[in-house]
Amino acid sequence: MYDKPKILPAGDRAIVVEYGDEISEECNAKVLNLCNFMKNSKVDGIISMIPTYRSLLIKYNPLKIDFEKISEYVKAASNEKAGEYAFKPKVIEIPVTYGGEFGPDLDFVAEYHKITPEEVIRIHVEPLYRIYMLGFTMGFAYLGGMSEKIATPRLETPREKIEAGSVGIAGSQTGIYPLDSPGGWRLIGKTPVKLYDPKRENPILLEAGNYIKFVRIGPDEFFSIKEEVEKGMYQIKTYEYIGKR
Amino acid sequence: MATFRVLQPGLFTTIQDLGRYGYESQGVPTSGAMDEFAFRVANILLGNEENAPALEITVLGPTLEVLEDVAVAVTGAQLPVEVNGKRRMVWTSFPLKKGDVLSIGAVSSGCRAYLAVSGGFKAEVIMGSASTYTRGKLGGLEGRPLKKEDLLFRELEKKPAKFYRVDERYVPTYENVAEIRVILGPQDYYFDEDNIKLFLNSTYTITKDSDRMGYRLEGPQIRAKKKHDIITDGIVPGAIQIPANGSPIIMLKDAQTTGGYAKIATCIWSDLPKLAQLKPGDRIRFKAISVEEAQKVLGDLEKSIEQIKATLKIVDYFDITVNGKHYDVVLENIN
Repeated sequence: MYDKPKILPAGDRAIVVEYGDEISEECNAKVLNLCNFMKNSKVDGIISMIPTYRSLLIKYNPLKIDFEKISEYVKAASNEKAGEYAFKPKVIEIPVTYGGEFGPDLDFVAEYHKITPEEVIRIHVEPLYRIYMLGFTMGFAYLGGMSEKIATPRLETPREKIEAGSVGIAGSQTGIYPLDSPGGWRLIGKTPVKLYDPKRENPILLEAGNYIKFVRIGPDEFFSIKEEVEKGMYQIKTYEYIGKR
Repeated sequence: MATFRVLQPGLFTTIQDLGRYGYESQGVPTSGAMDEFAFRVANILLGNEENAPALEITVLGPTLEVLEDVAVAVTGAQLPVEVNGKRRMVWTSFPLKKGDVLSIGAVSSGCRAYLAVSGGFKAEVIMGSASTYTRGKLGGLEGRPLKKEDLLFRELEKKPAKFYRVDERYVPTYENVAEIRVILGPQDYYFDEDNIKLFLNSTYTITKDSDRMGYRLEGPQIRAKKKHDIITDGIVPGAIQIPANGSPIIMLKDAQTTGGYAKIATCIWSDLPKLAQLKPGDRIRFKAISVEEAQKVLGDLEKSIEQIKATLKIVDYFDITVNGKHYDVVLENIN
């Protein structure tokens, strides 16, 4: 992490506040705290923000607020101890059915590491995964925290269509496909929960700074949850994050 | 009641507004009109909100059957606009009657035109915007471009009392070579002085692999000091990425919200309309200016919008018959 955040121009309507050149929870927390601080301060002229691993992009209307003024806010946020405006993370439970037609590459991942599919599942559901940021496509979360014990290279030839909700591994990353799309991740499971649902009040489920907990469910439960999701009846379980367990 | 039936959809015609803001943090591109200037003026000509959904036409326009009396305006790229085969002026609002056929041809200069309708087009508003984002299949009309037999509706049933024309002074002309002003950064420090000079002193050609998401450029390749990859960070429309192959990519309205290539510079917001009017094969030269200068240009652009409103010319349309012959007459109030 840098001693002081770098403020870089991203054109005439945005700045980037960069806290470091690394992927770490500490650096990412600074980004999210500033994002939260700016949101809570309801600064006139701020259009929107994009928090990423180590920087916050702030879009602003220069006819309403100037570069100097925004820099003052950034300094104020950096000088204060992240207390009342600190981002308060939640844990979001994502039910996943592993293996079989739900996760056609589970056996491959197990063989690759010479462990059983059950062990892969156990290792995968174990951690709380931090959502560092969203990007790449709508609703796609960059997660941190997967064990290297199940890190597996991508498919040599990507699949043409992967259904939304598929849970996969690519190198040392794990992730969930928010939309039907082509892709080369090793698919180990699938969630009936919709990461993107235009009919929902908040169409995109995940948010940077929160945590994901994968919860293993069986195929029967997959279909019963799926039905509830379709009817708009399914309540996603969330609770306050109280540190790593 | 529907306003138009689509007889021919044109090459790539989508409903857009001024963009979807507030969801970029969740990976949703802003989308929205590529040429905001022409888009806003089209709505101004009809007395609509500047953000009212309108059609963005790309290279070749649609042919529409008119199902109710309305007023429309076409701005942006130069292209032929005809009502029942009779030519209509662009940057000017005009009436349509039930049964008319409005046909919009191919561009002779520029790339994108806007068709606004009195009351604005009705569209699927998702996450606060009507803009179509085709890759995400959302907004506009089922998140896709127009197709044959689509019915287009209006948001508000209103009719303007008067028709207007934009003063010629404010009508832009589009060339095949454009100077695009940029602000260096955010990752200009990834490149040495020679490479930044090369970037600023070269002419780049827009390749066929260019759309609302971004323009890929062909020309002298730019090399980073060490690496081209950065830790993925935020992207704004206008950001110029330099991937490892050295060929710049200008990110535009449908671009992803984050990316992992170093961004040498960012096009100024006021020049995005100029970029929107460039086609594959057209050329670009970049010129670096300061943030302060760019923001002054942006202020001037807003002033010119105000001046356009203040100097609109009133026009009126008549069908007259003299000695058994029909005349299509456009009158302009010169007071």
